[in-house]
Amino acid sequence: MKHFEILGQKDTRSGFGAGLLELGRTNPNVVAMCADLTGSLLMNHFQGEFPERFYQAGIAEANMMGVAAGLALGGKIPFTGTFANFSTGRVYDQIRQSIAYSHANVKICASHAGLTLGEDGATHQILEDIGLMKMLPGMTVINPCDYNQTKAATIAIADHHGPVYLRFGRPKWPVFISEETPFIIGKALMLSEGTDVTILATGHLVWKAIEAGHILAEKGISAEIINIHTIKPLDDEAILASVQKTGCVVTAEEHQMNGGLGDAVAQLLSRMLPKPLEMVAVNDSFGESGTPDELLVKYGLDTPNVVEAALKVMARK
Amino acid sequence: MNISSQLSVNFVSFMSNNLPLSVVSRQVRRDILRMVHAVNSGHPGGSLGCADYLTALYFQYMNHNPQKFDPSGKGEDVFIMSNGHISPVFYSVLARSGYFDVSELATFRKLNTRLQGHPTTHEGLPGVRVATGSLGQGLSVAVGFALQKKLDKDSSTVWVLTGDGELQEGQIWEAVMFSAHNKIDNMIVAVDFNQQQIDGSTGDVMGITELKSKFEAFGWMVLEMDGNNYDSIHTVVPQAQSHLGAGKPIVIIMKTEMGQGVDFMMGSHAWHGKAPSDEQLEKALAQLPVTELGDY
Repeated sequence: MKHFEILGQKDTRSGFGAGLLELGRTNPNVVAMCADLTGSLLMNHFQGEFPERFYQAGIAEANMMGVAAGLALGGKIPFTGTFANFSTGRVYDQIRQSIAYSHANVKICASHAGLTLGEDGATHQILEDIGLMKMLPGMTVINPCDYNQTKAATIAIADHHGPVYLRFGRPKWPVFISEETPFIIGKALMLSEGTDVTILATGHLVWKAIEAGHILAEKGISAEIINIHTIKPLDDEAILASVQKTGCVVTAEEHQMNGGLGDAVAQLLSRMLPKPLEMVAVNDSFGESGTPDELLVKYGLDTPNVVEAALKVMARK
Repeated sequence: MNISSQLSVNFVSFMSNNLPLSVVSRQVRRDILRMVHAVNSGHPGGSLGCADYLTALYFQYMNHNPQKFDPSGKGEDVFIMSNGHISPVFYSVLARSGYFDVSELATFRKLNTRLQGHPTTHEGLPGVRVATGSLGQGLSVAVGFALQKKLDKDSSTVWVLTGDGELQEGQIWEAVMFSAHNKIDNMIVAVDFNQQQIDGSTGDVMGITELKSKFEAFGWMVLEMDGNNYDSIHTVVPQAQSHLGAGKPIVIIMKTEMGQGVDFMMGSHAWHGKAPSDEQLEKALAQLPVTELGDY
């Protein structure tokens, strides 16, 4: 099991803010909009340096999505920013018609996704957003795992023509992907090679998967850890190659089981390579108030849950 | 009114006939009725009501390039039809002004057509820049185009048409507020004020009273016009254009009659989304004699 050095503790939303600022400096076509959460999404850096390319939408997300669609159809590359809940569920029809169906090159950037939003509770802890977005034809869905990857993903999506959903979070989280690691949309990132079980993880749960990999190694189990940062399009080739080798797979994500990464992997395997699969995900439930760590424990998304799922799925081989 | 003498287009002239707008709009009305009848579905009422205004925009007031459609609309006027259900009038005016051949109107709502029930960019139909149909979204998209034009120092105008029932959608008022706050003064919105919607009159379904003062309270420049009267259109549209660049978004409350031009389709909401029978089509077309442009 490969060792990953913790390079720091940073929130992924800050990675987005830093990536957006860099884009402002390098790509004059990039514009940004935010619905009254500029500080929360660290968009204030872009706003401060490029006020003429920043639009405050107020607490009016539906209009923000429509305006962003118009900006994109006119030739700009708009990045919208608000919490994941208000970036998806609240504005689903606007995204569906004005952005996805109209092929508008809008980058929907969503912070505070999942349980790790913490104390604000279930109203804000969306756990359905990946599913909502991946169902839309032509939508690319990305959920980076740390500060560096979020920054790299933010920069990468500007060069991709088409609508993108970029999902990140609120809490400080271990930084373990190097700044130099290239971000390639749709290309899974091999973190640690192994032979006994494949662990496919996305977002904050990638770090939990790495921790689980070490615990499994102590038990003499060789886990292959792969970071699936792009949930759509899914890197079928990388997943099939790994599962062919290990014969079983665990998925781990901060999302509902329905509609998430596990769901996408299950679809792939059942068609192409039926093998035992266990999912670490929220099981048909809303969240609640609490600290991020407490919530991950209570809802079964912590390191021991990944270990347990690996042992269970290996027993089913 | 002679069209060619009124042309404001900078691009190649697309008009081959020196026909009055009223003649063009009569042909547009025939197109609408024949399209809807052929597939026994679609929305003739609002289409007929907006035929005069859209003919005036596409054949006189808009600076646009039908021969070489650029989806981004750079350097030309952009039109967004937020009330996508009145696609028949949109398609007819687009075809008649040269975006595609009029023969394609015969494919309306049929399998594999570019003329989908509601307008879309998905099939690549020239003249359409965004999908509309789910109501209340087009104004926001138009505001995006207007912001892009300001950023790019493009002095063209963004034209928008919305329904009046559509103003019941909350997103419209988000866009109305945003437009005034951001001084979107390169956009002219027309509200098709026919006071009818599917379930009945707007007054019965959900009153949208005091529209003028509502827009004024939001900080807009408000004009009123009879959208079925070319004298009124030629008075009010230039007046609206004269307010461009003055720091306020502009709206024209455009009174129209749903079903205008066909006596038995006027005066109620009955023909919002209903196709005429063979006999009704014949009766309707008799009131709108074919023009020099000919049927598609």
